[in-house]
Amino acid sequence: MNIVDRRLNPRGKALENRQRFLRRAKGVVQQAVKQSLQSRNIRDVLEGGEVSIPMDGMEEPSLRRGSGGTHDHVLPGNKTFIEGDVLPRSGGSGGGKPDKAGEGAGEDAFRFVLTREEFLNVFLDDLELPDLAKRRLTETEHESPVRAGYSVSGSPANIAVNRTTRLAMMRRMALRRPNSETIARLQAEIAACEEDGLRLVLEDKVKALEAKVRRIPYIDPVDVRYRRYENEPKPVAQAVMFCLMDVSSSMTEHMKDLAKRFYMLLYIFLAQRYRHVELVFIRHTDRAEEVDEDTFFHSPATGGTLVSSALEAMRSVIAKRYSPEDWNIYAAQASDGDNSYSDEATTERLLKDAILPASQYFAYLEVGESDRESMSHSALWRLYERLRSEGAPLSIRKVSHRSEIFPVFRELFQRRQGHEKAPS
Amino acid sequence: MTTAAMEPLFEGADWSFTTLQRIHDACQEIALSELGLDVYPNQIEVITAEQMLDAYSSTGMPLFYKHWSFGKHFAHHEAFYRKGLRDLAYEIVINSSPCVSYLMEENTATMQTLVIAHAAFGHNHFFKNNYLFKTWTDAEGILDYLDFAKGYIARCEERHGQAAVERTLDAAHALMSHGVHRYPGKSKLDLRQEERRERDRRAHEEQIFNDLWRTVPAGPSKSALDLGAERRRTVLGLPQDNLLYFLEKSAPRLKAWQREILRIVRHVAQYFHPQRQTKVMNEGTATYVHYRIMTRLHEKQAISDGNFLEFLTSHSNVVFQPAFDHPRFPGFNPYALGFAMMQDLERIVTAPEAEDREWFPDIAGSGDAMAVLRDIWANYRDESFISQFLSPRLMRQMRMFHICDDPARSEGVTVEAIHDEAGYRRIRRQLAREYDISWTDPNIEVVDVDLAGDRRLLLRHTVVNGCLLQDTAATHVLQHIADLWSYDVRLQEVDPAGTVLKEHLASPRAMTRAA
Repeated sequence: MNIVDRRLNPRGKALENRQRFLRRAKGVVQQAVKQSLQSRNIRDVLEGGEVSIPMDGMEEPSLRRGSGGTHDHVLPGNKTFIEGDVLPRSGGSGGGKPDKAGEGAGEDAFRFVLTREEFLNVFLDDLELPDLAKRRLTETEHESPVRAGYSVSGSPANIAVNRTTRLAMMRRMALRRPNSETIARLQAEIAACEEDGLRLVLEDKVKALEAKVRRIPYIDPVDVRYRRYENEPKPVAQAVMFCLMDVSSSMTEHMKDLAKRFYMLLYIFLAQRYRHVELVFIRHTDRAEEVDEDTFFHSPATGGTLVSSALEAMRSVIAKRYSPEDWNIYAAQASDGDNSYSDEATTERLLKDAILPASQYFAYLEVGESDRESMSHSALWRLYERLRSEGAPLSIRKVSHRSEIFPVFRELFQRRQGHEKAPS
Repeated sequence: MTTAAMEPLFEGADWSFTTLQRIHDACQEIALSELGLDVYPNQIEVITAEQMLDAYSSTGMPLFYKHWSFGKHFAHHEAFYRKGLRDLAYEIVINSSPCVSYLMEENTATMQTLVIAHAAFGHNHFFKNNYLFKTWTDAEGILDYLDFAKGYIARCEERHGQAAVERTLDAAHALMSHGVHRYPGKSKLDLRQEERRERDRRAHEEQIFNDLWRTVPAGPSKSALDLGAERRRTVLGLPQDNLLYFLEKSAPRLKAWQREILRIVRHVAQYFHPQRQTKVMNEGTATYVHYRIMTRLHEKQAISDGNFLEFLTSHSNVVFQPAFDHPRFPGFNPYALGFAMMQDLERIVTAPEAEDREWFPDIAGSGDAMAVLRDIWANYRDESFISQFLSPRLMRQMRMFHICDDPARSEGVTVEAIHDEAGYRRIRRQLAREYDISWTDPNIEVVDVDLAGDRRLLLRHTVVNGCLLQDTAATHVLQHIADLWSYDVRLQEVDPAGTVLKEHLASPRAMTRAA
C-alpha cells in the first residue's frame, strides 16, 4: 500500500478549464445583453436593477428521451395503494408521478446575474466617442492618488493611526499583556502587605508581569499600518456634448419619445465612458433655449420650427463657454426633419461656417412615425446628406420605431477605423 | 470467529499518516482473510477540498484533457459547496491498477477508516472482479492512456487552434452516450496498445507521404460505382449504434486528428460504460464491505464505541431511502437498494425462510454468504442482479409498487402492481428494466447513407412506449453530427410498426466545414 500526500500539489488544476468556460460564457452573455436590449425599456437600464441571463448556449446536449409516451416506475414507500388504484397525475396528495430523478436539475438555476455596471459595460463594449481627445489635450493626462487600503510599509506621514492602534490592541489582548492598573494594584497590595512570605509572592508576581510587559510591547512594528495610495491616471480630455432637440408641434409624442430614448442612451453612454464630459441641452421650436436636463427630457413645449435657432444657440454657447481650442465638441440632433423653407440657407451657412468646423462629430437622428413605411427625404435630411458628401464630419440616420434606437445608436458610435474621421 | 481484542487504531478524530497505514492494514486483514476479497494494490492519496472539486469536475479522473465543460462543472459544484447546499463526497475512487482512492484531509479518523474500507476494498474488489469491468476496461492502462490523451489534445490545440479542437470535442461529448460498443465480441480494450497504434499510424502516414501524389491527374471518379443498397450498408457496417465509432471510421471529410479525438472520447466513454451499468451493485458492494469491516473492527475493539456511533450516523445517512411522497424523493438511492439487497442475500444464505427456499433454491441455506456474494459481484450487472436476486421480503420491506403513466388513459396514473403475491415478479421485472441501459437509453442507429449520391446520413430512433427524444437537445446533437459528417443528416423517430413519428434535419455549419 502506498500513501501519497497530494495536498501540496499545485493548486488550481481546474483554472484553465474555468477560464475557458468564462471565455465561452462571455460571448453568450454579450449576445443575450444585445438581444435583451431590443425589448428592454431604456429607463429600466437607467434605474439599474439586475439582469439575469439563463445559461442558454452553455448546455451540453445529449440524446435523451423527453417526456411524453408511457412511463413505468417502481417506487418505494407504498402505504395505502392496492393494485388497480388510479392516482391523479400531478399535484394531488403525493400520488403524483415524480419526475425522473435528478435529470438536469439545478442546471437552469445556473445563471449569470449582471449588475447594472456590468450590464452597461457589456452593452457599451465597443462604443466610443469618435475622435475624442484628438485635439491637443492628449498630452495633459495627470495622475492623482487614490486611497487603496492599507500596507505594512510606507512613509511615516501615512501612518494609519486608527488601524495601527486597533491591531496593537488586538495583539495585546490576544497575548494577554498585563495592563498598568493590574500592576499598580499589586504594588499597592505589596505596600499594604505586612506578611513577608506573601509579599515575596506578590513581588514575584509583579516581576513576572513586568517582564511580560517588556516582552510584549505596547505597539509592535507588526502592528503598524500605512495608508496606501495608488496613482490613478485621469485623462483630462474635455469634451462637451450638445443635445439639440426639436420640440415643435410637428413632433408627435411618439417622435419625442424616440428622441428622448436616443438621448437617454447617449446619457448612459457618456456617464459610463468618460469622466469629463459636459452636456448642454438645447431645445428649440422657432426659437431655441438652453435648458437643464430635467426640462429637456420632461417639460412640454411646443411651437413652430426654425432649426437655425438651435444652431445659433449652440454657436453662442460655444463662443461663450467652450472654446474649440480647448474643448472637443460633439453634437447630436434629433428632429422630424421639418424646417421652414426660408430657414434652409441660414441653417446651411451656420453649419458650414460655425458648427461643423468647431465640432469633432455631428450626429443627426431623424425620427418618424412608426406606421410610415418609408419616409420621403425631408429638406433637412437632404441638406445634411449634401454636407456629408462634401466631407463634413457628420452622420445621419432615420428611426421610426423604438426597437431601432439601439442599433442606430451603435452604428453612430461604433468604434471607427480611419474612415469617417473628422478633418483636423 | 474469534474476537481477540486489538489495540485501538486511533483515538479521537485526528489522524496522521501512520494512523492511515495502520487503518489500512487492519482493514486489509479483515478484507482479505475474513471476507476473501481480491483487490488491486492500493494507493491512497490525501487531498484538499479544492482538489476534490477539481477531481469532481473532470469526471473523477486525476488527469484529463482540457475542456470548458469541466470548468462549467467546477463552477457549478463550487457554487453549491460554497453555499453549503451540498457536501463533497467523502471519497473518489479510480478503477486503475494500483487502485487510487482520494481521501479528503477534512475527514475524521473514523471517516478515513470508513472511506478506506469502502473505496480501497469494496470498490476495488468490485472493479477487479466484475465481468463487465474485466471485459471493457483496462485498469493497468487507463492512467497512461489519459496522459497520452491529454498530451495529444494539447498538441492538437497548438497545431490546429483551440477553437477547432473545442468544436470537435463539443461534438464528440454530445455523442458520448452513443459512443460505446454495447455488446462484447470485439477484443478487450488495451489502452497501451491503442496509444502505440496511434503513434504507428502517424509514423506510417509520414512515411508514405509524398507530395507528388497531389499532382497526379485524377481519373474518372470511382465512387460512382453503383453499389446495391444492401451491399453498401454491409460495407459500412450498418446499422451501427455506436455513432462515434461510425463517424470516426466513415465521416468523409474529417482530418486525421479529428478522428483521433473522436477515438479518445469513445475510449473514455467505453471506460465509464460498466460504471453506468453497475451503480447499484458497485455501491451496494462497497457499502456492504465497509459495513462488515467496520463492524469487525468494532468487535475487535480496534475502534471505540464513540467512533462506531459516528460511523453508524454517516452510514445510515448514506443508506437512507426516502419514500416516494417525501418532498425530496430522488428516486431509488443506489447505496440503499444495493446495501439492502446484499444484506438480504446474506440472510437468505445463512438464515432462510420457506419463501426464500422457494424463490432462491440454489443459494438459500448454503451457508457461506461471502462465497455467494463474491460470485454475484463477479458475474452480474444491475439489471440481471435485480431481476434475479430482489427478494419478496425486501420488496415488502421497502414497500415497492409499480405505477404506469399512460397518456392514452385519461384518468391518471395506474398502480400496476404492489408488493403482494401477484405483484412480486412484475415489480422485480420492471425495476430491473429501469436499470437496463439498453432499455433506458434511446436506441439510435445509423441506418443508411448514400456515399455515391448526396451523402446524406440517415439515423433512426426506434421509439419505445411512444417516448420521443427531447426536442431541443436532439436538434443540437444532430447539428454536431452534421458538422462532423459534413453533409446533411436526417433523424427519423420510428415506432415499432415502422411509422415515422417525427423527423429532425440538420445541415453542417459552414464554419466547421472550412475548419
